[in-house]
Amino acid sequence: MSKDIRIKKGLDIKLIGVAEKTTTNSSLSSVYSVQPEDFHGITPKLVAKEGAEVKAGDTLFYEKSDERILFSSPVSGKVTEVIRGARRRVMAVNIAADTTQIHKDFGIKDASEMSAEEVKNHLFSSGCWPFIKQRPYDVVANPDQTPKAIFISAYASAPLAADLEYTLAGKEAELQTAITAISKLTEGKVHVSVGANSMFANLSGVEIHKVSGPHPSGNVGTQIAMIDPINKGEVVWVVTPQDLVVIGELLLTGKFNLQRTIALTGSQFEKPQYITAIVGASISDVTASNLNNDNTRVISGNVLSGKQVETNGFLGYYDNQITAIPEGDDYEFFGWNKPVFDKISPSRALTFSWLTPNKKYDLNTNTNGEHRAFVVTGSYENVFPLDIYPMQLLKAFMIQDLDEMEALGGYEVAPEDFALTEFICVSKQPHQKIIREGLDLMRQELG
Amino acid sequence: MSLKENLHNLKEKYRGTKMAPAFNAIHTFLYLPNEVTHGGTHIKAADDLKRTMNIVIMALIPCLLFGMFNAGYQHYAAIDGSLRDNVIANFFTWDNLWIGIIKVLPLVIVSYGVGLIVEFIFAVIKGHEVEEGYLVTGMLVPLIVPIDTPLWMLAVAVVFGVVIGKEVFGGTGMNILNPALTIRAFLFFAYPTWMSGDKVWVYDAVNRTGTADAISGETILGSYAQNQEVIYSNWDKFFGFIPGSVGETSTFLILLGAAFLIFTKIGSWRIIVSTFIGAAVMGLIFNGIVNADIITDSSKFYGLMSTNWWEHLMIGGLAFGAVFMATDPVTGSQTNKGKWVYGFLIGFISIMIRVFNPAYPEGVFLAILLMNVFAPTIDHYVVQGNVKKRLKRVNVKTA
Repeated sequence: MSKDIRIKKGLDIKLIGVAEKTTTNSSLSSVYSVQPEDFHGITPKLVAKEGAEVKAGDTLFYEKSDERILFSSPVSGKVTEVIRGARRRVMAVNIAADTTQIHKDFGIKDASEMSAEEVKNHLFSSGCWPFIKQRPYDVVANPDQTPKAIFISAYASAPLAADLEYTLAGKEAELQTAITAISKLTEGKVHVSVGANSMFANLSGVEIHKVSGPHPSGNVGTQIAMIDPINKGEVVWVVTPQDLVVIGELLLTGKFNLQRTIALTGSQFEKPQYITAIVGASISDVTASNLNNDNTRVISGNVLSGKQVETNGFLGYYDNQITAIPEGDDYEFFGWNKPVFDKISPSRALTFSWLTPNKKYDLNTNTNGEHRAFVVTGSYENVFPLDIYPMQLLKAFMIQDLDEMEALGGYEVAPEDFALTEFICVSKQPHQKIIREGLDLMRQELG
Repeated sequence: MSLKENLHNLKEKYRGTKMAPAFNAIHTFLYLPNEVTHGGTHIKAADDLKRTMNIVIMALIPCLLFGMFNAGYQHYAAIDGSLRDNVIANFFTWDNLWIGIIKVLPLVIVSYGVGLIVEFIFAVIKGHEVEEGYLVTGMLVPLIVPIDTPLWMLAVAVVFGVVIGKEVFGGTGMNILNPALTIRAFLFFAYPTWMSGDKVWVYDAVNRTGTADAISGETILGSYAQNQEVIYSNWDKFFGFIPGSVGETSTFLILLGAAFLIFTKIGSWRIIVSTFIGAAVMGLIFNGIVNADIITDSSKFYGLMSTNWWEHLMIGGLAFGAVFMATDPVTGSQTNKGKWVYGFLIGFISIMIRVFNPAYPEGVFLAILLMNVFAPTIDHYVVQGNVKKRLKRVNVKTA
């Protein structure tokens, strides 16, 4: 039984700099970097020491608490530098790429013939396990638990998000293979949420849900809540379509290939478009000569949940988008009371974005006001489609009341679900940070 | 060097010092700060707390201006009753405005001056930024006091209200009671003779008591409470050409403010509408009791009980309370369902207190303060409904 998802509460943030549907191939970067920070909650133990030669697919490090979970190198080359932070924690593993890439051969597999245990072990050994994330807690999945269902969002609604229909076109075979394999990992269903007229609607062995409505309709958290919400004690797994393609290619060809099509978006790109790149590529190589680098914020990911990177930084492990917008580090005379035409606002408090719902805005990184205690009520609910009281949950997370966190729906949320409430927050509270820290506490205390 | 750069340099100089909050309050008043996002969303919507509060102040300005004219009008009309025969010609006059300037403006200045000094002192001591809550409180206070309130009295009340009503809880956003109503309640209980009766609502009425040109300025509620006839027409009541607290007489301008607050999505329409519904229901119940001859005109409650239910919505402070006081998001109910219950009970209890309170025939501020205390309880039950739904989901599965 397919169940369509139609949401009304939400907000589409329309920005300048939608990627044009042309793709160029970026040249190989000289240095690639894998940053354990991208895998939240992981404590890395290093395998590939400085100076080691690795192939694409060779293990760089593994998770301390579960040695089966390996993290593989996206490229072949030589580990040039291991950057460590406080208490010698591994912050980044940098690899100088070979000019000709060599892939470790994991062997061609027939997904339909594999048992659940074989699929798991294959994902472990190839370094594909980290692509499977779990809710609650929004972390790399715990392989000892069995999920009640697996959710895949093939519909992107975030601001300027890469169009998956475009970036994954022609990858149907890989997607289908990966789905055949991972569907063995759950006794429940595999749910795929798609937009209108989607190529993903042809996948078999899954339950297709048509999604419509404003952002966050494409967030997998929203879809879980609408299809089969998480209850206490339950676990669901989540995989993104572009990571399914990696798994599919691994099974079909034996190669661990992290090359993907990513969107260069935002007003600071002279020509917003798509480009192919390997995960961990240096931002400056990927954005080369296209980026207007004058007082620019470069983000690996989207403007709501992405990570700020310097131009000498690297493309995040899960990201398929780089956004560049202007920094907003300037004062604005009487900016708090004069009429506003060039910013988005959910209210009409002398703000006029409600007059032009289809206008594309060039928003900068200014906070548009100072941090305050929670004052305004009732506004978050308008952009928050989950059946949860967002402010009450945030406050429970802030005061670390575990009973309340559990009762109010803490198991059902991920930081990105609170991106829109954070965007519209009059008190400029860091919602996603509050949720992230609260989830970490819940995971630590409640398991 | 431009003003912007000068201020920026000063901000850097004060950074980390005790005086930083005080300086920043003035700086951010002139300039939206140059803060950028760190972590979390990289972009933010245009609204901040200053903008939100500013909208409420804008909604109050018509009431303030009207109150200034009305101060003079009630004063002169009390001396010469024939002025009431032609309201239009005799209302918007310079003489009336002048009374407003010498009587109402000082109330506004004292309210803001004293309140902001307290806010700045607390910000400096506690090292937090000066919060915007008082911008609205400071405007509300002069509008809800009798015109002859002595300035020292107002100053004492403001200090009490800001310190006990707000700062002891941690400032704007943490308080339990509406600070403006805390100030009003303090005045009412500390100086009752200045806050009720028939001599305080019109400028100079107190001083003339017992003299040849004594003037009376009974409010409509006061007249009804004593089962007296009321000389004002319903249009007078609706447009506000009547005695009362400084800025709450004009139901018309209050509704205009309400429309503005609802349109800008700053005020909660749920609270405003449900408060009026609650008041109307209580009014209808009282009307029904009178119609059923349970209460006759020998009763001391007859005057206010027999007042038409729709008239109750226009007189006294009900409209002002519903639109500008009950809607305070910090002290009101925070859930959408809770707002309906909260507003309804405010209206309901307001009229109940209004009718039954023998000493002071008005109950809006008491009703709102009471419901401020109960708002978290209302929210608790609304949120528990959500929690139960979540638990039920599990039980259905395991059953």
